[in-house]
Amino acid sequence: MKKLIAFFGLMISLFFLNNNLLAQDDDLLKLISVDKPKKEIVKNAFKSCRVINAHSMEFVRPGTMDFRILHRFGLLNQGYKNLYGLDQATMRMGFDFGITKNLMFGVGRSTVKKEVDAFIKYAPFLQATGEKSFPVTFAIVSGITIDGMPWADPIRPNYFSSRLGYYFQTIIGRKISEAFTLQVVPTLVHKNLVVETNDENDIYSVGVGGRMRLSKRISVNWDYFYVLNPLTNISFQNPLSLGFDIETGGHVFQLHFSNAVGMNERAFITETVGKWGKGEVRFGFNLSRVFQIKKKNLD
Amino acid sequence: MNTKKLLLVVMVAFSLQSNAQRFFTKGGEIFFNATSPASPEKIEAVNKSVVCVVDSKTGAIQFSVLMKGFEFHSALMQEHFNENYVESEKFPSAVFKGQISNNEIVNYNKDGVYTVNVKGKLTIHGVTKDVESNGKLAVKDGKINASAEFNIVLKDYSISIPALVAEQVAKIASIKVACSLELLKN
Repeated sequence: MKKLIAFFGLMISLFFLNNNLLAQDDDLLKLISVDKPKKEIVKNAFKSCRVINAHSMEFVRPGTMDFRILHRFGLLNQGYKNLYGLDQATMRMGFDFGITKNLMFGVGRSTVKKEVDAFIKYAPFLQATGEKSFPVTFAIVSGITIDGMPWADPIRPNYFSSRLGYYFQTIIGRKISEAFTLQVVPTLVHKNLVVETNDENDIYSVGVGGRMRLSKRISVNWDYFYVLNPLTNISFQNPLSLGFDIETGGHVFQLHFSNAVGMNERAFITETVGKWGKGEVRFGFNLSRVFQIKKKNLD
Repeated sequence: MNTKKLLLVVMVAFSLQSNAQRFFTKGGEIFFNATSPASPEKIEAVNKSVVCVVDSKTGAIQFSVLMKGFEFHSALMQEHFNENYVESEKFPSAVFKGQISNNEIVNYNKDGVYTVNVKGKLTIHGVTKDVESNGKLAVKDGKINASAEFNIVLKDYSISIPALVAEQVAKIASIKVACSLELLKN
């Protein structure tokens, strides 16, 4: 009996000794259970909050302002006499503000039609991983455009409301992998005043956009809108834009080719006429510079 | 073997066991600064959820840091840090596994301040390098305040800085570590 106790006693002590010796090259960090965040929001689906023309599923970070300068040059097929369109340019200057991680707004003004536009964008759901994951970002955008041109017919009674257009968008997007993001953007554009009697005030469209990351700082982007009931008085074409995002450390340059000239939703979704097949395409760039307005304190 | 001998063996075993105290924290702080004279704004960040474990018997000391937990003054800088510099998605955490080389001078059961030398392997951005630094262990009321300051060369960890901003980011980052460790009860 004594021997038995002694045996077990030895075993137990050896066990503890052993345990102790083993512990020397143990992974000590394994002893600590780190509480994994329940929800991690997927970030950087796009390098900026526009794919090219379309709003992206990305938001400007809270407390920052994104200063955006957009240029669209003339038609490529004009050849050397207009330096492939570079002799002409239209632009939009815009300021986007991030309020919370899922709420932002922005204002801008385009040289085309001297149009001012403003929008607010809110995401009830953001794509997230972890315990409380969500597969997609679901965002809604509501915008307004104000035409700034002199009245076409100053004789007849003109109302300010005639200058207004509205657009409503839902963005359903997913960063599928680190390299690939895709989004679908059903959009309704409403114009208070249309040119011809048989033009429709409400234009329905579905956009798709995406990006493919080529390297840490460069990605290929595209966006396209299929318009269901386009205006009939112009030779309307669905807007298609294709380009590169290049991130330099402080700026994001979006260099692209597009058949659209408008730089707000009302303009590029309803008034694009360029035919890609005929080379009626413009070179353009978006320049984005994010400024920190509200500095975070590290303490 | 008689009972007395047995008891002795068991007691020795237990006393060895109780000797190996481990101290830990999940809320350690690491601060780094990579501001260069040409930087337009301060490049600095702090992480306040550093995991650290120290084994008093062996002098083993280990750290683990989630890269996404670094907070910067500027959201854009934070985004660039995670997205382009340390690639947090690919390499989520930095780990240090090392040894207090003069552990014998530290009495973990008595209040006091000890200057220790720590040697080990630091893994950042998927690259492991040997590092060595002096640090301080301040034992007080059964708790330990561990602190250290050292520098790392960003290039050593394959953290590349684009040519355009090369002058605006320091080549060497200074790092400060401060952890308040408590006894780990198993």
